[in-house]
Amino acid sequence: MAERKLLPRDNDEGSLLSKLGTDSPKPRVKFGGMFCNVEGAFENKTLNFDSYNSIQTEPRPSGMGLIFVPHCSVSSLCLQADRLIIKGGKVVNDDQSFYADIYVEDGIIKQIGENLIVPGGVKTVDAYGHMVIPGGIDVNTSLQAPQLGMCPADDFYHGTRAALAGGTTMIIDHVVPEPGASLLGAYDQWRDLGDRRSCCDYSLHMDITRWHDGLFEELESLVKDKGVNSFLIFMSYKDKFQSSDSQMYEMFSIIRDLGAIAQVHAENGDIIDEEQKRLLELGITGPEGHVLCHPEEVETEAVYRAITIAKQANCPLYITKVMSKSAADVIAKARKKGMVVYGEPITASLGTDGSHHWSKNWAKAAAFVMSPPINPDPSTPEYLSSLLSCGDLQVTASGNSTFSTAQKAVGKDNFTLIPEGTNGIEERLAVVWEKAVATGKMDENEFVAVTSTNAAKLFNLYPRKGRIAVGSDADIVIWNPKETRTLSATTHTLTVEINIFEGMEVRGAPVVVISQGKIVLEDGKLDVTEGSGRFVPRKAYPDYVYKRIKARSRMADARGVPRGNYDGPVHDVISMTKSVPATPTSRMPQFPGKGPLGPARNLHQSGFTLSGTQIDDHIPRRSAQRIVAPPGGRTNITTLS
Amino acid sequence: MSDCRRQWNREDELPVYLAGPITTGPNQRKSYGMFTSAEGACDSTTKDYDNCAAGRRGTRTPRSFSRDRLLDYAENPVPEAASEASEVQGCGSLVNSPGESEDGRQGVATACPSGGQYGATSGWPFQTSQRRGGRVVNDDRSEFADVYVEHGLIKDVGVNLTVPDDVRVLEANGAMVIPGGIDVNTCLLKPHLGCPPVDDFFLGTKAALAGGTTMIIDHVVPQPGDSLLEAFERWQASADRKCCCDYSLHVDLPNWNAGVQDELEVLVQEKGINSFQVYMAYKDMFQMTDSQLYEAFSFLKDLGAVVMVHAENGDLIAQEQSKILSMGITGPEGHPLSRPEELEAEAVFRAITLGNRVNCPVYITKVMSKTAADTITQARRKGSVVFGEPITASLATDGSHYWSKNWAKAAAYVTSPPLSPDPTTPDHLHSLLACGDLQVVGSAHCAYSTSQKAIGKDNFTLIPEGTNGVEERMGFVWDKAVAMGKMDENQFVAVTSTNSAKIFNLYPRKGRIAVGSDADIVIWDPDRTKTITSKIQQSAVEYNIFEGMECRGGPVAVVSQGRVVYEEGEGLQVQQGSGRFIPRQAFPDHVYQRIRTRNKVKGRQGVTRGMYDGPVYDVPAMPKYITPSPSAKTSPTSHQPPPIRNLHQSNFSLSGAQLDDNVPRRSGHRIVAPPGGRSNITSLG
Repeated sequence: MAERKLLPRDNDEGSLLSKLGTDSPKPRVKFGGMFCNVEGAFENKTLNFDSYNSIQTEPRPSGMGLIFVPHCSVSSLCLQADRLIIKGGKVVNDDQSFYADIYVEDGIIKQIGENLIVPGGVKTVDAYGHMVIPGGIDVNTSLQAPQLGMCPADDFYHGTRAALAGGTTMIIDHVVPEPGASLLGAYDQWRDLGDRRSCCDYSLHMDITRWHDGLFEELESLVKDKGVNSFLIFMSYKDKFQSSDSQMYEMFSIIRDLGAIAQVHAENGDIIDEEQKRLLELGITGPEGHVLCHPEEVETEAVYRAITIAKQANCPLYITKVMSKSAADVIAKARKKGMVVYGEPITASLGTDGSHHWSKNWAKAAAFVMSPPINPDPSTPEYLSSLLSCGDLQVTASGNSTFSTAQKAVGKDNFTLIPEGTNGIEERLAVVWEKAVATGKMDENEFVAVTSTNAAKLFNLYPRKGRIAVGSDADIVIWNPKETRTLSATTHTLTVEINIFEGMEVRGAPVVVISQGKIVLEDGKLDVTEGSGRFVPRKAYPDYVYKRIKARSRMADARGVPRGNYDGPVHDVISMTKSVPATPTSRMPQFPGKGPLGPARNLHQSGFTLSGTQIDDHIPRRSAQRIVAPPGGRTNITTLS
Repeated sequence: MSDCRRQWNREDELPVYLAGPITTGPNQRKSYGMFTSAEGACDSTTKDYDNCAAGRRGTRTPRSFSRDRLLDYAENPVPEAASEASEVQGCGSLVNSPGESEDGRQGVATACPSGGQYGATSGWPFQTSQRRGGRVVNDDRSEFADVYVEHGLIKDVGVNLTVPDDVRVLEANGAMVIPGGIDVNTCLLKPHLGCPPVDDFFLGTKAALAGGTTMIIDHVVPQPGDSLLEAFERWQASADRKCCCDYSLHVDLPNWNAGVQDELEVLVQEKGINSFQVYMAYKDMFQMTDSQLYEAFSFLKDLGAVVMVHAENGDLIAQEQSKILSMGITGPEGHPLSRPEELEAEAVFRAITLGNRVNCPVYITKVMSKTAADTITQARRKGSVVFGEPITASLATDGSHYWSKNWAKAAAYVTSPPLSPDPTTPDHLHSLLACGDLQVVGSAHCAYSTSQKAIGKDNFTLIPEGTNGVEERMGFVWDKAVAMGKMDENQFVAVTSTNSAKIFNLYPRKGRIAVGSDADIVIWDPDRTKTITSKIQQSAVEYNIFEGMECRGGPVAVVSQGRVVYEEGEGLQVQQGSGRFIPRQAFPDHVYQRIRTRNKVKGRQGVTRGMYDGPVYDVPAMPKYITPSPSAKTSPTSHQPPPIRNLHQSNFSLSGAQLDDNVPRRSGHRIVAPPGGRSNITSLG
């Protein structure tokens, strides 16, 4: 603290001068401008830093960039790769923007502020006129999820490489185990691949492709030991991944108890299945069939249902891939009613629309196939970006899962076989910038929030990721808002042949990307190291999500009414003797202890019920009968229950 | 009196200023005062009417002398005392007047002395205290007219009807003459755990008539696995023996399979059933999966039937029930706790989505909560063909009583979906009814005695579900909507009778007072006030859930099939077994016109493209999953494989699509099949 006092004093001396000296009006903003509220916080961080930094003996240069440069070049001989100073940029976090330099060492942000005291030999990155933002976090990629036995054309290596090229420095990939396979096994497999191939930090979501009781232990161990705190549940893909409402309720309950986040792929698989059959019967086999059989309503309905179930289970819910206006509306409304629900539009839904499914070019049309489908309504991107701006949707992801044209062509005679997935991992930040910030819907801070910070908070990576602060990981992007480029398959980093954003002009591009303190993109050159990505474990009970949930579960205790015993006459149910098991079914405490009394077992029991309550037994020809049992009849009921 | 009136008519010259004061008896004035809007309508209607009447009268006159009929007041100088005496007898025996009995015809007369209106062409009659003008209220307009009924049909409507002499005259006395109510949702024979409700077809329809409802549509509830046809016949047999008023039947589909489809065709095409209820709740009993619902909707649409949906999410209810029981809550309050409003709204939303996808009309039975009603409203705004039916209970009371300390009272309220504990629900639903967002009022009358309810005294899930309401239905709509000024009398007729007749293809035979319609007529007195209590009700149930509520509006007289079955002061004169089954044709216009057009317009077309002739990835043959559909909700066996089996199966799939196979070590690989590879693909598809 004592030191802290020092710094401001220093600043005070120098600030006036330095600002004059640098001839840059920008620093002034720091204390008087638009984002002055967190002034204190800012000092704090810089301060901390200072204390470590005793190496610096030479008088601190009073200006930022210009004066410092010579020093830098002098020491460039001993330039260390893991020490960087980013100079002159506007640091943009989700809460404020300010001008400061950033010193990075060992992959961690060590110091933020002006006139930093840094050791010699650090590399200087010039960020003048640019913004310095936390690296993007793409929370929805499926770089290794096989479909029909085919792996995506862009795997961990290509995918993360493209991510870095686009300014995303962390991905959270979906582990998709084969239905019925061990989750832990699949997790290990993905970890192995990720560790060997990923070029940026990554974490993993676990998809629950088929629910049964035995999974509880696996979930528990994933959450407690493996650093996974989010699980995806499918309401679609009938007979493959789809879960019933009961199963969802059980999973939600367990996920809540474990402190994880439930994600859902929200589409009504039953309806889709029927519509697919119908369309194929009609002779529609091209990619347009995909959109026709995944109508918007089906998505909306599932979102509504998922929210209802999550509300019942008091579980935080995260809707992946919000693709349509009405689905987004349902989320917005639910949030207004107080549900803990988050929505994630993806690059594709923000950047393009589904009219291309009707393209005469089969390969192009097929490239757009994904689920839920990209909505044919051309106003969807604007709408979603508006909701994103006002906070009704919180996170942007890419849903990146690319298949080459040859792979897509597996479904050339049947659209249901077309592997689903589009690109978007590389274009995400630029598309959001173009659609939301450049159009004035969103400011740069919100941009950081939806591309990085919110995701980090939701998935408990914050403040390690998603913020430029002392102690955070040095995943930093220097963003040039003015650069304009055209997205195209010829220039993108992925290997897939078709880019669904082909020809789209976007403003905003990363100039420099720093991942784990290393520069991976500079001067348009990508320099990644395969296998350099680390797995980032995530703890359960993210505060951002669970504070409310915890409070609610305390409040939401239902209570019975204390009554005297009913001692009136009781109708004697003759046939009831058979349905004795009925009672146990419903009475069965559902989760003895913690857990997962499986639906299967439950159902099994109720099967007895059915066979018990034979229809014919009860046929009430004797309509007026009132067989009233004497008080002694109570025993009947007691035995029943 | 009639003479006097005729005189006035003839002269037609009664000064307006004079007519006014005379006509406005207290009753009259009330009905005017309250419904100002109708007053204008009445002007024009009367005029219209007069024209028609004139024409008609000409053609009819010869006929009118040949038979005995009922009366009309204007022409009929029958001394009141005499006619009334005969009526008294007649009521009991179904025969109204001596002349009629001879022919074996039943006639009745609802007569409403036609009233002129202020200053209109037909002057205002002088009225004694006994004969006052009444107003015929249909859903589209109100008019002053007399109604002449013969052979159970309405033969003539108009002022100054020419009718035979010996008709019985029923005085409207300034009250309204409305089409008899149609209660589209009753369960008078639905067994719960083997015991049928205490109100069977006899008691139930008796109660209906007492409340001004002259037709019910009851639910046939076959148990899963039963033949629909058999169940239908059982219901029909029972109803034919016991019903006191006309009835028709809905058939509930307990499950969905091929056999059901054949039976449905028979039911629709031969048996006169055009509405079927499917369940989204009652897991392991009646509940259908979304796939089944989709198929059922498609099939029923092709048959031209109306799909009724019991909308609640049964999966979640089952979960919540076990949770709440495990918390030790066993009383009736567990019922609403385990069936929160959201689950109803969710299911309504889903049902509507399914309906939209299939392009099938959806009728939501028992709209009990605000959110469910709002969901319907929104869907209608987006153009969905969906109808909503609040019931007496949801319109008149709320679910706070579930927490009553008196177990029997609390249990009496148990119905599904449950009454919403939100006390503002009735108001909201009435508002939506008034503006047309909800269309029909049912009662869901399914009355179990307290001892029957007590089956669930230690476990709320066993409490038989159902409340009373068939008798109180009309009264509460009047009291809470019309008397409050939310709704006018025409809308009242629409929601209690006409709309349901239209939706279920009974119109215009039922639901309207018009020439040729069935003589199901109620003379409704808006000013009657009665306190609902189980002591004076017709139903056999001990706890009336509306106990102690005051209700304005009620029937003064009820005519069913042309017979006076209820008259104030005379009591109910019903005859068991007199009710007829009314068959209903498929493709009700009110519902299906839009559907048909949409079918035509909504064709989908593919894109014509050249053949894709690029490279095709070679897919290793994958064993198809034969997933025991995890989403199947209905059958307990198919619902979900026990975990062990599940794993087993997945092992199999594993062995096919080995996880390791797919592991993309060879990240850049692209195994591109030559064009010949196509055959592979075909075999896959």
